[in-house]
Amino acid sequence: MKRATWRPTRVAGLALLGAVALTVAACGPGGVDGDSGNDDTAATGGGADETSELSGAIAGSGASSQENAQLGWVAGFTEANPGVTVSYDPTGSSTGREQFLNGAVQFAGTDSPLKPEELEAAQERCGDGEALELPLYISPIAVVYNLPEVDAEHVNLTPEALAGIFAGEITRWDDPAITEANEGVELPDLAITPVNRSDGSGTTENFTEYLAAVAPDVWTHEPSDTWPIEGTVSGAQTQGMIDTVSSQEGAIGYADASRAGDLGTAAIGVGEEFVPYSAEAAAAVVDASPPTEDASDLRLTIELARDTTESGTYPIVLISYLVACSTYESEADAANVAAYLSYVASEEGQERAAQPDVAGSAPISDTLREQVDAAIEQITAAG
Amino acid sequence: MAAVAGSETIRRGRAPGRVGNAIFRGVSSSAGITIVVLLGLVAAFLVYRAVPALLATREELADVGFMRGQSLLGYVAPLAFGTVLSSVIALVVAVPLSIGIALFISHYAPRRLAQGLGYLVDLLAAIPSVIFGLWGLQFLQPLVGPLFQWLSDHMGWFPPFSGYVGPAKNIMTAGLVLAVMILPIITATIREVFLQTPRLHEEASLALGATRWEMIRQAVLPFGRSGIISAAMLGMGRALGETMAVLMVLAPGFAMNLYVLRPGQHQSIAANIANQFPEAGALGADVLIATGLFLFLLTFAVNLAARWVINRRAEFSGAN
Amino acid sequence: MTAVSVPPKPVRRRRRLPAYAPWAVLAGALGVGALLSLLSGTFTFTGALLFGALVHVVAITTLSAVVEGRRWATDRLATTLVTAAFVLAAIPLVSLVVLVLRFGMERFSWTFLNDDMVGIFGASVEGGVFHAIIGTLWVTGLCSLVAIPLGILTAVYLVEYARPGPLKRAITVLVDVMTGIPSIVAGLFAATLFMVVVGPQYKAGVMGAVALALLMTPVVVRSVEEMLRLVPNELREAAYALGVPKWLTVVKVVLRTAIAGITTGVMIAIARVIGETAPLLLTVGIVANVNWNAFDGRIATLPVYVFRQYAQGGASVDRAWAGALTLILIVMLLNLVARLVSRYFSPKGAR
Repeated sequence: MKRATWRPTRVAGLALLGAVALTVAACGPGGVDGDSGNDDTAATGGGADETSELSGAIAGSGASSQENAQLGWVAGFTEANPGVTVSYDPTGSSTGREQFLNGAVQFAGTDSPLKPEELEAAQERCGDGEALELPLYISPIAVVYNLPEVDAEHVNLTPEALAGIFAGEITRWDDPAITEANEGVELPDLAITPVNRSDGSGTTENFTEYLAAVAPDVWTHEPSDTWPIEGTVSGAQTQGMIDTVSSQEGAIGYADASRAGDLGTAAIGVGEEFVPYSAEAAAAVVDASPPTEDASDLRLTIELARDTTESGTYPIVLISYLVACSTYESEADAANVAAYLSYVASEEGQERAAQPDVAGSAPISDTLREQVDAAIEQITAAG
Repeated sequence: MAAVAGSETIRRGRAPGRVGNAIFRGVSSSAGITIVVLLGLVAAFLVYRAVPALLATREELADVGFMRGQSLLGYVAPLAFGTVLSSVIALVVAVPLSIGIALFISHYAPRRLAQGLGYLVDLLAAIPSVIFGLWGLQFLQPLVGPLFQWLSDHMGWFPPFSGYVGPAKNIMTAGLVLAVMILPIITATIREVFLQTPRLHEEASLALGATRWEMIRQAVLPFGRSGIISAAMLGMGRALGETMAVLMVLAPGFAMNLYVLRPGQHQSIAANIANQFPEAGALGADVLIATGLFLFLLTFAVNLAARWVINRRAEFSGAN
Repeated sequence: MTAVSVPPKPVRRRRRLPAYAPWAVLAGALGVGALLSLLSGTFTFTGALLFGALVHVVAITTLSAVVEGRRWATDRLATTLVTAAFVLAAIPLVSLVVLVLRFGMERFSWTFLNDDMVGIFGASVEGGVFHAIIGTLWVTGLCSLVAIPLGILTAVYLVEYARPGPLKRAITVLVDVMTGIPSIVAGLFAATLFMVVVGPQYKAGVMGAVALALLMTPVVVRSVEEMLRLVPNELREAAYALGVPKWLTVVKVVLRTAIAGITTGVMIAIARVIGETAPLLLTVGIVANVNWNAFDGRIATLPVYVFRQYAQGGASVDRAWAGALTLILIVMLLNLVARLVSRYFSPKGAR
């Protein structure tokens, strides 16, 4: 019956707001609880036999780097748990943490771990519980360039050359610092236009952290989520970066690897070899990295080993955390958040985000998954 | 109607007229007062949020990454400069064009065509700003790139045109996008004003042997002057506060100079707020809101100046 | 207006250019323009047009000055420039429409209009904007419900009732200041307001409506005010002389005379807010499913949808353009309805 009344209502809704008001009066809030409206999903997902009895709505907010992965996770989670509505507002890491701390959302996504004062606020927000920080989105950052004439699969860049380019010291593609690492590749006599993100971003922070760690002599700026050099060409958000690099021959930038598209990507010098980005190489550097000093069972924060020389690792990696509470006031919230996070951490969830056309992230290792699952088990309702 | 019936109507009409007058007057003045209260609330909110930033010490502000160690004033000044620069470029391009288009629609185009054109302009006034941002990236940027390159190569001796670096993500491009954006708004308003020019004035002018252009200069433009300024201010208001289109088109920077073709030199306040807000953090957000307060003041100053100009010409207004 | 545009014959016969002269000059000028463009290096269409236009302006003015005299030459120059302004402005505007149509039609379809984004991720080319259309109609509708009457009434107060004094000056100035509220600040204001009044977890379409109303009201006031001022005093005085009470004069005479201008102003105001992104992302968020209730829960809106789809990149960019096309179509539809309404109410035989 529901489906029968659905279509005509929609057509009317297109035409007039008045009709909308009527329909709302007729449907009531029941319409909110996500009848998918998408026939395909409703047909396949709705019929899944492992349908849980979870219900309710949870909301997340935070890093836009996770947006594409979150879309995939939400779709997958909703298939298995049609009673739960999950939403994720890509408002940015800081705003996400803030909204999480003042109780506006149940979980947050953030590119950098909670700060000490935020940890204190989290205790209050979580009703004497603690905040969970789970590194569930690990994504390589690609160095992208626009050189349509160059037919090499990857241009090799040493850390020093990379830092020199972005510091503005190496200004032409045929500079010896670049050509020496690229024997047999004809690099054009073309100006390099370094492009950076104009907004504050976790990608910029990780990238500058990497530059400061591997080439401190060339890159003398502090790591920061805002690009430290003025007067540069830049673009807002990842898409703005990609658009800017694409529109100028000779431009070079950095972006989440899954978004590189048609642009060339550089192989980065690690130790003696040059490693192009890949999910495996990104996962390898995370496995080689120790936890931070203040990490705990619940807060699985990682100190990335940027200057690693281990073979087969790709050191320019973004780790984005999912933040949740160990204690929720409502039982439904606790159950839903735990279920959603378990799905995200599960092999299926990680595989889904790892697909190149979803988010191209690196799946977490089994060891890390065990730790994450143990942390998620701690999520309870108060009282 | 008979005279007797008429006097009756008057007598019956008076009492409801008074009640109606009182009600209508009450409703409309309370609408005005509502606006005052509303704005008071917003202003209070702005000041309340801006105070922590205004009172913050230099050390505290140093923690705000995007300020790069500047003081609040040192941070706002280039932003205000960039805002004004982009809006001025937009106005300089858009206002003369708008007057031309409005004249074309109101006094030059054949009647049938004019109606269609008027509708078209209204439609374009209705295109949302996100779309202008997309258009700026996809159409305008590649189009003006070579032009800017040429200007920079051949006229580089003129400092503002020197040092162009592609792609064209500079304040000039942003100003042009803003100009196109406010063009329909200004045109739509000016056109309505021109169409209201008293026909007697126009005919009197023509009867004295004036050419069409002389008639326009004698009758239409003086009548429409306050409308033109008002329309320009409406457009300026939008240009000053425009967020998305500038954000998408401009590569921002924090300098105060007139190198309109260089990237990474300027930024507008509204675009900066939208750009930095997601990662701002608590004090950072306060700083951004404080810059919003400055935009408030800036708009206020610009509008005050415009009002002053209009009021000097009040004699052309139909009411009062 | 065009009735007066044919200048009466001057008393003394002057030599005038024939009616076909401007066209002939234009054709010649374009030819010269093409030649110049060819000479300057590579031939480009834009270059030919640009040079041609310049040559035309110079040629027609000179010709007219020689044959007809200085005054008529000025007139010709003005005509040419006014027309050129129109043509010049048409380029970006037409290209805008063409661009949106070209990219938007890739994904635009009936299914697109009737589908939401539940279960859509990655490279999927399905999904649609139905949920965002509902959200945009809700948010903009609620906002207009507040802003249009408030704006029009304030304008009426300013023009018809207010005497020069502190209150009038305060309102005028404050309305001016309100036009300068950056949209994201309006969003923050609404978010904070509802956080204080209702609580932090509350997110709903009505929050976005509040933020947008804040942006829309001053635009309505300013444009309506301008239109009301243009209503000739003679009309008001005639009505008073007939014994019509003031409020009826305002409603039946002033507002009706100005209705076309008011409609334009209101449509501009709606257009100003219907495409706002930043305040909506902060207040109403974004969801994948249809939310029929603007008073509870996150709701998707078209501008946020367009911006997020664009930001997601890949296959989503097509959806962003199609969403933009949808937004324009909605605005067009609203515009059309508003025009019809204003025609119905406007005094007959005015223009």
